[in-house]
Amino acid sequence: MNATRVSYTLESTLASVNKAEQAAVEVAAKSGFDEDESGRISMAVREATVNAVIHGNHYDPAKRVTVSFETTTGALRVIVSDEGQGLDPTTVPDPLAPENLLKQSGRGIFLIRAFMDEISFRALSPGTEITMIKYVRGQDRDGIKEANQ
Amino acid sequence: MTMKASSRKVDGVTIVDLSGRITLGEGSVVLRDTVKEISSQGNKKILLNLGDVTYIDSSGIGELVSAYTSVRNAGGELKLLNLTKKVHDLLQITKLYTVFDISDDEASAIATFNHN
Repeated sequence: MNATRVSYTLESTLASVNKAEQAAVEVAAKSGFDEDESGRISMAVREATVNAVIHGNHYDPAKRVTVSFETTTGALRVIVSDEGQGLDPTTVPDPLAPENLLKQSGRGIFLIRAFMDEISFRALSPGTEITMIKYVRGQDRDGIKEANQ
Repeated sequence: MTMKASSRKVDGVTIVDLSGRITLGEGSVVLRDTVKEISSQGNKKILLNLGDVTYIDSSGIGELVSAYTSVRNAGGELKLLNLTKKVHDLLQITKLYTVFDISDDEASAIATFNHN
């Protein structure tokens, strides 16, 4: 199966968050994920887009959020980027720490890590890019490599 | 689907029936405003029925936590009823399952409130 890629350039609004989430639901279903897994993927995409709109671009109408879906054999790669000041993921507090458990916010990146198989951050100039990968159940990174060889 | 909230009172406990999505934006605001209004009317025993809540994001989780702490800080109790599997899993992942008092039976949940 060849890689297919679809990309959205979105305004920094809450409507964009819903659009990204809905797109994730559709792409995940087409990529072979079951309903539960599609739900986890779409939530991760939603949380990443929320971070981009709110914490990255601060709702700035001049800044855009890009959401890209890349489907390869047995895996879905989602990349969300903003044009904000940048994020150091190592500074994000652990929401499971007792002192943070009852805080109102700070669970977005934690949920993304919980729901996706791999995530990584990259600094842009300006902005932040988060890459999230989910493997279709039964596949792993080595399995993907073998399948692509 | 937008979120809807309606409340009723049983044995001194205000039960809030929620349906739809508790997400960043309207859903979280509806929850916040509903709990605030109920509390401001002097109701200190609040049971949130999440049986028809189809989806919660991190903002919605934060709103539940905020509602819990604000009611507790005012000397009241806020408990949860009828979690769907998705919401149950989310609260477990975020370690909030042990923070909230959770029940799947309305009568039993009402009985757990302090009725003195």
